Amino acid sequence: MARKISILIVDDEESVRESLQSWFIEDGYRVASAENAKKALTILESDEFDIILADIKMPGMDGLEMLRRIKAHNNEAIVIVMTAFATVDTAVKALKDGAFDYITKPFDPDDLTHLIRNATKQISLVDENENLKKKLTSLENVEDIIGNSEAMKNVLRDVESVAQTNSSVIITGESGTGKELVAIAIHANSPRKFFPFVSVHCGALTESLLESELFGHEKGAFTGAMYNRKGRFEMADNGSIFLDEIATISAKMQVELLRVLESKTFIRVGGNKEISSDFRVICATNKDLKSMVEKGTFREDLFYRLNVVNIHIPPLRERKSDIPLLVDYFIKKYCTTMNKPPVTIDQNAMNRLQEFNFPGNIRELENMIERAIVVGDGKKITLKDLPLEKTIVSNTVESLDDFESAFILQILNKYSWNISRTAKALKVDRVTLYNKIKKYDLKPSDQQ
Amino acid sequence: MSVQNITLISFGYFEKDVLEQLAESVEREFRCSLNLREGHIDLSEFYDTSRRQYNGNNLLKHVDSLAFPESCKTLGLFNVDLFIPILTFIFGQAFLGGRSGIASVYRLNNTSYGLAMDDNLLLDRFKKEVIHELGHTFGLIHCNTTTCVMRSSTYVGDIDQKRMHLCHTCRIELGLQ
Repeated sequence: MARKISILIVDDEESVRESLQSWFIEDGYRVASAENAKKALTILESDEFDIILADIKMPGMDGLEMLRRIKAHNNEAIVIVMTAFATVDTAVKALKDGAFDYITKPFDPDDLTHLIRNATKQISLVDENENLKKKLTSLENVEDIIGNSEAMKNVLRDVESVAQTNSSVIITGESGTGKELVAIAIHANSPRKFFPFVSVHCGALTESLLESELFGHEKGAFTGAMYNRKGRFEMADNGSIFLDEIATISAKMQVELLRVLESKTFIRVGGNKEISSDFRVICATNKDLKSMVEKGTFREDLFYRLNVVNIHIPPLRERKSDIPLLVDYFIKKYCTTMNKPPVTIDQNAMNRLQEFNFPGNIRELENMIERAIVVGDGKKITLKDLPLEKTIVSNTVESLDDFESAFILQILNKYSWNISRTAKALKVDRVTLYNKIKKYDLKPSDQQ
Repeated sequence: MSVQNITLISFGYFEKDVLEQLAESVEREFRCSLNLREGHIDLSEFYDTSRRQYNGNNLLKHVDSLAFPESCKTLGLFNVDLFIPILTFIFGQAFLGGRSGIASVYRLNNTSYGLAMDDNLLLDRFKKEVIHELGHTFGLIHCNTTTCVMRSSTYVGDIDQKRMHLCHTCRIELGLQ
């Protein structure tokens, strides 16, 4: 799926423009031309070119000034300067200002071919580098999907089978269950893996911002639109686009999105040129889209267009057997990141983590381990390093007695079952505390 | 591609045998009928004194102006040194998807590079160049297949590396497969 390289020729001599244009067209390039620097800069505002081949001596703005302006706007642009008046000074000046190369008119056909081939090679290397970086990031992230439970094995099986298709996927699950990681895993295992994975958090953007983010915009489309900008759909060409929190998009955006998904074409905000892009769409939500469809807050046709395959990620409380594996993984991850020697976790702390319900799912567990490594003694994570006390109550209480029992146990653990200190903290006497321990049959974790 | 007529017009002196062999190769490659004609023009009108070469753009336009009703493609054959303003020389050129092209034997000759004359090699190169330019008139762009006659050639060594024929993909493109 190699893309077609585009070349813009800038020269005031018509015969030069025509000759080069037909030469490059025969070589299969997309070519445009401009007779002066001003026109070239106007063309570059609305279109993008991989290579700009510009004459130095032109009436009005010369090639060197144009080179500086192009470079100020896009430092990656490949500009080759050409002149009939070759001097070492102008060549050095052009190269210092960022020209890719320099060629003297008239060219030897072989020199021109080699020059363009070198530029094309450079473009391919940059593209390849970016794609590999993206791929490496994706693959690193795929390793983050940890789980040996039956529930997670099912998720991974689904990922593997759906990855090879082009079908739209909706990933459902509570916040913090790792929906984006699953989306990356689908992309990284798909034939699109060498192309971009573009992520958009729909919930974080207002309607107009989301529109410009997804479709891109033309210069002057709205206040602050200083330059043309590619949209995420355009960036995801040949790759995958991940739309997180899809349930939050407005009714207007739902219509727009449906149209794009059906035609795979769109128009930039403020533009009039239809752009096509070949992308695979993966969405995620923590909402029940079906019930939103029933209530009329989400379009039914869009729902069916997106919901070709549904992958549900179970919350962490439904796969507690994965907790030790995850804890181990996060300990290794953060010890490495923080450049600390590997730490262990004591059994009491691990038991308590497995009792905990984790309303924030894996994200909450990860944050807990990260914090424990920061505040801990650097050797072993113990109960006191884990911020379970603040949240444990809310996960387990079903009655006032449950609440009291959990709260007392929390404070007892905090003071390592020192009765006097716990009673003082609870502002009760020691006898009352003993009665409560007896009433709720509370025991230290290692005696349970 | 339906059977079409191609006209080759020689401007300047070419051996009869050379033209016949050229015609045969073109007919075989494009599966078409071929007319051989002689053209008479004053080449001095196309001569650029500062470059001491002949302007390929103007010659191409001239060949294009010679409309032959019985022919869909016309290619002018020359034995002079051709150039276009931006390049030091050209072997030939054509209107992509148009009806005309030109090709010159001048830069294909070993003697242009200080080497011994080789008639067979010269004829082979000329056949390849003529088929290449005609390929452009049929809308073919440069091909990446190393041995395809439509591969871009900027010096004679490139021409020698390729075969005299269109590759499978180019043939399919022209409906010849």
